[in-house]
Amino acid sequence: MMDKQTFLENIQQQLPEGVTGSQIIRDKRYMIDIRADALTEIARYFYQNLKFRFIIASAFHSKEGFEIMYHFSDDTSGNIINLHVILPEEKPQIESLANMFSGANWIEREMHEILGITFRNHPEPEKLLSDGNWAEGVYPYRKNFKS
Amino acid sequence: MANKRIIPVGPYHPLQEEPELFKLYCEGETVKDIKWETGYNHRGIEKLSESKTFEQVFFLVERICGICSTSHPFAYANCMEEIAQVEPPNRAKYIRSIVGELERLHSHFLWVGLAGHFLGYNTVWMWAWKYREPVLDLFEIISGNRNSYAMFKIGGVRRDISTDQIKLARKIMNELKKKNDLLTGAVMDDPVIHARTKGVGILTKQDVMDYAAVGPTARASGWEIDVRRDDPYAAYDMVDWKVITAPQGDVFAKAQVRLLENYESIKIIEQCLDGLEKEPEGDIEVQVKEIPEGMGTGRAEAPRGEVFHFVKTDGSNSPVRHKIRAPSYVNIATFKKSCVGQTISDATISLAAVDPCYCCTERMAFAYDWHTGKKIYDGNQLVELSKQKTQQIRNNA
Repeated sequence: MMDKQTFLENIQQQLPEGVTGSQIIRDKRYMIDIRADALTEIARYFYQNLKFRFIIASAFHSKEGFEIMYHFSDDTSGNIINLHVILPEEKPQIESLANMFSGANWIEREMHEILGITFRNHPEPEKLLSDGNWAEGVYPYRKNFKS
Repeated sequence: MANKRIIPVGPYHPLQEEPELFKLYCEGETVKDIKWETGYNHRGIEKLSESKTFEQVFFLVERICGICSTSHPFAYANCMEEIAQVEPPNRAKYIRSIVGELERLHSHFLWVGLAGHFLGYNTVWMWAWKYREPVLDLFEIISGNRNSYAMFKIGGVRRDISTDQIKLARKIMNELKKKNDLLTGAVMDDPVIHARTKGVGILTKQDVMDYAAVGPTARASGWEIDVRRDDPYAAYDMVDWKVITAPQGDVFAKAQVRLLENYESIKIIEQCLDGLEKEPEGDIEVQVKEIPEGMGTGRAEAPRGEVFHFVKTDGSNSPVRHKIRAPSYVNIATFKKSCVGQTISDATISLAAVDPCYCCTERMAFAYDWHTGKKIYDGNQLVELSKQKTQQIRNNA
């Protein structure tokens, strides 16, 4: 069984440029902070080279802006590796991963609807949950949303 | 798609118990494309969770789904225990695994029944649902409810399983094994089921990896993933069992995987019951005083695949962000691969093959006499009736 620190260092050494920090959250749980423009290449490395499975992405609105955690699972070791991206408060935009694997298609559409994050080059930029009956430009998971 | 005819299945359709709309774009009998519309049933659970305390969230997430109502509390408990850095006692771990596996059993029986119904083979439907009943009775005896068992809490479980209940569970498991033999035989050897399901709705391993599908949908396409083995929680690393896979990826393979998984579930439950007998009675929880600031990810293998919960906390007593990923969220999207190119009549069983989660079991508050407008039962009387029924089942067991 590989030591936690070695596991994280091993991965980080292989990754393309764009990593800004990393953290062992606890046993089997890791977080790697990356720049938003490096997401596609790093996710490609995870998906194609390391054969990690994309679980889902969680987005939230915080003091820093819009944060997205892309959760990847390494099913051979039971590790979860979270790619952490921070997007600016004004015009949050990031490249879509749905062209690489279809598993990202729905969640990106959902994140767009609930938080207003734009996913560039999304293959199917249609509404997922709110078709027909939600007001345009209202994002219920933003901090300033009043129900 | 201008020349294609659209066949809508839903939003309210006798085949689907839940509101959702599938648009099948057809040329003649062949499905050329499929689109899915949802949101009819969006309840904003993630948002609601932010207004509940950590303990209250259990009851909220339990109501995401009526069929797999323990998977969400299971994943949420794993997640919160990760943040609080606590480990439940062994007895609680065994009880958790027993509840989780009983749920898989009743859910798989339910699916086999529904699949039979979709194929027009109603004998399988009636049988499977009849055999599922003793599992629900066992749930009622253990937890007081056929559904939404409220067994989980941070640091352990809410109720113990007594020695008498262990005996009864063993008896029910023994009988269930025979019933599963019967059902497996009926499905595996039936020429009609072979004809309707073999080579239908095929998902290749590449497809399921692309859509990040999970659970029996992935395992029936030869992708050997199971959170219970890969990232063990509760008592799954303390018992002996194996992951069931099939390489074909068609509807038949999915039925095969589920039926064989039933045997594994029974095996796990029996070993957990052995384990329970060795652990001191009543040792079912550890006290958790406060949840520190941080974030956690919890997962559990539900009957339909991996349930994933992400919680971010700030030291207060409710989540700042609670992301929930149910297995059907990724499994349903594979329809684009499994239905396109099929005939319309095969599309229904291909849609059903991933066991899409019908997450709104209806709940009743009042019963009226429509002629007089008079209330026959109010809420309290129904609760009283339900308690009497549980007591009756317990006495008869």
